Amino acid sequence: MSEMPLLQVKNLHTSFFTDAGEVKAVNGISYNLDAGKVLGIVGESGSGKSVSAYSVLRILTDTGRVKEGEVLFKGENILKYSEQQMQKFRGSRISIIFQDPMTCLNPTFSIGSQLREAIRIHTDRNKEEIQARALEMLQLVGVNEPEKRLKQYPHELSGGMRQRVMIAMALACEPDILIADEPTTALDVTIQAQILELMQDLQRKLGMAIIMITHDLGVIADMCDEIIVMYGGKVCERGTADEIFYNPRHEYTKGLIRSIPRISEKHEKLIPISGSPVDLLNLPKGCAFAARCDHAMKICLEQPPEEVRVNDFHIAACWNNVKQMMDEAKDGEET
Amino acid sequence: MSDYNPNIPPKKRPFSLQLDPAKFEPATDEEKAQQEVMRESTTFFRDGMRKLFHNPLAVGSMIVLLVILVTIVIAPLIVPYSYSGMITVDGKRDKSAKNLPPFTYSKLEQQAIDNGETVFPHIFGTDELCRDYFIRVIYGARVSLSVGFFASLIVLIIGLLYGSIAGYAGGRTDLIMMRIVDIIYSLPDTLMVILLSVVLDQLLGQSLQNTALASIGPNMLSMFAVFGLLYWVGMARLVRGQILSIKNNEYVLAAQAMGAKPGRIIRRHILPNCMSVIIISTALQIPSAIFTESFLSFIGLGVQAPMPSLGSLANSARQALQAYPYKMIFPAVGICLIVLSFNLLGDGLRDAFDPKLRK
Amino acid sequence: MDMTERKRKERQLIATTVLALVIFAAGLLFLPILTEKILLGAVLVLIAGALFFTNNTGRYVCKRILLAFLTIFIIAAITFFTMNAIPGGPFSKEKAPSAAVQAVLEERFHLNEPVGKQFLLYLEGLMQGNFGISTKTGREISTTIFDSFSISAKLGGMAALLAIVLGVLLGSIAALNRAKAADRVIIFFTTLFVAVPSFIMATLLLLVFCLQLNWFPIFSTENQSYVLPVIALMLSPMSYITRLTKTSMLDVLGQDYIRTARAKGVKQWLVIFKHALRNALIPVITYVGPMTAYILTGSMVVESVFTTGGLGTKFVQGITNRDYPMIMGTTIFLAMLMVTATLLSDLVYKLVDPRIDFD
Repeated sequence: MSEMPLLQVKNLHTSFFTDAGEVKAVNGISYNLDAGKVLGIVGESGSGKSVSAYSVLRILTDTGRVKEGEVLFKGENILKYSEQQMQKFRGSRISIIFQDPMTCLNPTFSIGSQLREAIRIHTDRNKEEIQARALEMLQLVGVNEPEKRLKQYPHELSGGMRQRVMIAMALACEPDILIADEPTTALDVTIQAQILELMQDLQRKLGMAIIMITHDLGVIADMCDEIIVMYGGKVCERGTADEIFYNPRHEYTKGLIRSIPRISEKHEKLIPISGSPVDLLNLPKGCAFAARCDHAMKICLEQPPEEVRVNDFHIAACWNNVKQMMDEAKDGEET
Repeated sequence: MSDYNPNIPPKKRPFSLQLDPAKFEPATDEEKAQQEVMRESTTFFRDGMRKLFHNPLAVGSMIVLLVILVTIVIAPLIVPYSYSGMITVDGKRDKSAKNLPPFTYSKLEQQAIDNGETVFPHIFGTDELCRDYFIRVIYGARVSLSVGFFASLIVLIIGLLYGSIAGYAGGRTDLIMMRIVDIIYSLPDTLMVILLSVVLDQLLGQSLQNTALASIGPNMLSMFAVFGLLYWVGMARLVRGQILSIKNNEYVLAAQAMGAKPGRIIRRHILPNCMSVIIISTALQIPSAIFTESFLSFIGLGVQAPMPSLGSLANSARQALQAYPYKMIFPAVGICLIVLSFNLLGDGLRDAFDPKLRK
Repeated sequence: MDMTERKRKERQLIATTVLALVIFAAGLLFLPILTEKILLGAVLVLIAGALFFTNNTGRYVCKRILLAFLTIFIIAAITFFTMNAIPGGPFSKEKAPSAAVQAVLEERFHLNEPVGKQFLLYLEGLMQGNFGISTKTGREISTTIFDSFSISAKLGGMAALLAIVLGVLLGSIAALNRAKAADRVIIFFTTLFVAVPSFIMATLLLLVFCLQLNWFPIFSTENQSYVLPVIALMLSPMSYITRLTKTSMLDVLGQDYIRTARAKGVKQWLVIFKHALRNALIPVITYVGPMTAYILTGSMVVESVFTTGGLGTKFVQGITNRDYPMIMGTTIFLAMLMVTATLLSDLVYKLVDPRIDFD
């Protein structure tokens, strides 16, 4: 911990101010990301995982606002940056790729013009160099016939190809961090694996850090150094992938793991998490997950759980975890 | 992984917290249920109505239209003048009541008032033929509104029938029917309206004489004929498109798969889903018909004199614009108010009921 | 040939066609050189193109131009036959004042030929820019049309240009300042202007600025002030474009690719004027056809109000005088312009939006 982490997010709160009221999408999340590491953020839709990423880049829609917190990039709070500084920052230091490659490329501009724009903004290369760089990037992300693709329009490419173009665009200026917001959700399963493999491959080659946002715990299991599980705009549990998978301490994480299909146990039934996601307009005063939790206790409804260290590699915010630890401690005293 | 260090390490161990063990009892389902603040569930129609009545512009225009409607129904019963005849005082035609400004009386009327009689005021003054202008504007609004209403009705009926036949039948029938629509659609409508009005005016003018329809006037009839011939194509396209898109929707397929009968599918799935769009489009058709009517009246192809319409009143006011500007203002404001109200109401209906705009 | 190369070629083809059409239309206006043989040849080439072109774009362009020709033909047919049906119309034999005049008329209009032959002769005349002779003034209608059209073209051109430029600008401003003061002011006025018919707008402008305030002189040959007529003509389409641009701009600004552009670090104004506007303009392009029709018909009343003596004035005069050949000629001429404008806007639309599948 002596070295400063590349990115520090401290106590981030983001809300959307709509006609219906204040939608509290992110309610105080914190994390650190070291250079070259992969951080996974997992949660269902509406858990605030995407919004927390957009807050970092400050690309929220006009109703959204970061209310509280700091985002330190190499020690500098980028939430304090002016819009001009931010424009230089986006794409060159932190890049992002989005969920649906079908809608994320501008339909009226060719692939080449969108890719060249990404390069031109942050460099002072001349036309030929930009063109060469664009070609190089397409080759890097494994697009076949790159020269032809540059002239094509987004609708002429398949979903997987477009996501590769998005990745090429994001990495064109060699950012320190790549945020991947559900990069494979909208793709076919076979393409999903290809894209994930590509990202791992590029991460090894280029050495950038990745924030991997997904609702699918299985997808990111073997690629993340650390995993954060989010629910209702808060962190439920965080730790190494092994800890999260084999020693989950939050009831929500346990539910998530139970709902992953496994090939080994043939006749085991999948157990879904019942109920619907928490209403961000009216957050309950206790734990956000309590209403859907099978093991909810009285305290869960009254008091939000605090983050408690389970071991060196694992922190959880669940009253059941606290109870378990207290019971263990009591047993220890008795024996 | 031994160097792993979860960030923001909370130093708290569970024992440092002051906690009441009683609270670690399992919570009951009722307690949990209280947490879930369910949003009120409403039907499509009720939700739409709520939205409509929360839209101040839509409510305002409904009130304006209601006031106009009540005025044009009641005013002729109260105002003792006719739209076509000269003002009379004690049975004599009052030739001095020419071009009076609002709320003034002619010499004869003044004498009558001095004699203790009550004379109903000329709220908008009088015109160059000694007729009460207020009652003419009222009748003009009646004519304009009924043209708008009936024209939209004609468009709705023809368009609905044609479009739904094409949509249901599909295949070759649909193809041929829609090609006809395409061709009519590509004709410049205002020009065709003018042309047909010119022709029908001449054709109907003679054959109508001495029939019951003569009082409506050939121009009025030709205008309805024109709407029936030309303007329905937009509605037909809309209806067909709606039916086709709904017919192929997953929920209709699902209903079919569950064994719902065609009648039920039409009643429960197709009609409610395209009704809102059709109603909105009809509401927006009314101002456009009023627009066309006033345009035709303005270039001399409108209703038959002495029957006034707002457009023809505005047109005749042009002759003495500088001397009597108020004669222009009243019908002009009338048209704008009616068209504006219908536009805003249509927009409000669309915002409230159009399924495409709902999230 | 691979797909990209072909798509590029197809786009070039449309661009060339648009250019050719513009030249063709200009040629039609100023040099009536077209003969039936050239036209027939062109139609045959287009039919061949529609049948045998290997790419969709070529087929689409050919079909679209053929449809335009068909529309003009249908309009000419409707115009001719309805005019023929009028009792006491231009072609009836009892109308002529004397036997000598009757003979001349018969000679000129080929009245002794069967109706079908007459129509063909009329069409032949049309193709050579010969619209017949006015029954009131005895002048060549084509001369009247081409003389007065220069005024209308100036007026309409300025109005169209201003409507598009200002409409897009105001619409973008409204969208970017959603729910703020600028948006509310713009939407308030545009909603109002959409509801005001152009003849009322023209009359009110004339009343206030010419007659009351004396800011602008009344239009005359020495004093050609186009300011007020242009304003009267452009306010309504401008308002429509403003609302259209606002809606589509808001839609586009919510799209994912705008977020992508911002995430790339594109400057805010470039995001709006490069990435958003290009997509937001697509619906505006489709409105150019209807707008041309609106401005051409609107100019009839606006020119009458301001007495600018353009083609619109001549048309309204023709209607008032029941000058049937004049009405026919002008209708067909205006219809040609409108059909051409719709054709152009359709083709440009396909050019701007690469997603459109040509079929």
